[in-house]
Amino acid sequence: MSKTLTFALMDPPFENARSTTAMRLIDLAVKRGLNVNVFAYEGAVYLPFAKQAQHPNAVHGRSLEEENHPLPRAWIAAVMKEAAAKGAKLDWVNCGLCVDERGAGEAIEGVRRGSPADFWKFAEGSDNTLVIGTK
Amino acid sequence: MAKFLLIESRDPFDNNVVARQYDLAVNLVKEGNEVTLFLVQNGVLPARPGAHSALLTATARSGVEVLADDFSLRERGIADNRLVEGVKAASLSVIVDQLANGRKVIWH
Repeated sequence: MSKTLTFALMDPPFENARSTTAMRLIDLAVKRGLNVNVFAYEGAVYLPFAKQAQHPNAVHGRSLEEENHPLPRAWIAAVMKEAAAKGAKLDWVNCGLCVDERGAGEAIEGVRRGSPADFWKFAEGSDNTLVIGTK
Repeated sequence: MAKFLLIESRDPFDNNVVARQYDLAVNLVKEGNEVTLFLVQNGVLPARPGAHSALLTATARSGVEVLADDFSLRERGIADNRLVEGVKAASLSVIVDQLANGRKVIWH
């Protein structure tokens, strides 16, 4: 049976290298065929926010297409697709209270709403858990 | 004997706790444990010879395996063949493998 890793994320997108590192780790785990649980807490609930949009870069004179600004929601969707292709599971839970506080209810398909109790269940059922805190 | 993975994402110029994390790694080895200190993001900065490098080298000499994320090194223009003594460049996949093998892990 494939192993399962759980990641707890807290950083909002576009602010800290931790988000990028977390996505790199999740991607590598999925590529290895591992099942991955993600519990997104606090600002991290905006990582899969469906309304993230690319923009042009007027300062550097680049169009929207040339700028091709990376969006975490697209990374997450890609990793979910990759997991399905590998026969692995990527279960992404957004903390519901954090979502409500921030008005971040419009998440991409495949993300579900939960509570810190889900994090407990994830940790209980996983081979290991990595908490990436903000401080 | 337990196996530990300490992930250090901060640099000692910016954060005083970093040196204590190195100490934690050394003390865990002294207690008979196997320890990997994995540097990532700005955590790789002391892997370039500089003011805080001696502490990192001392950590490695004490028996801690000290690895630096190759991607973070490239991002910061640090050549992986010019790292301080005791530090080796490594893929982030080391973290995934050690997690899957059940290492006790701390992110800082």
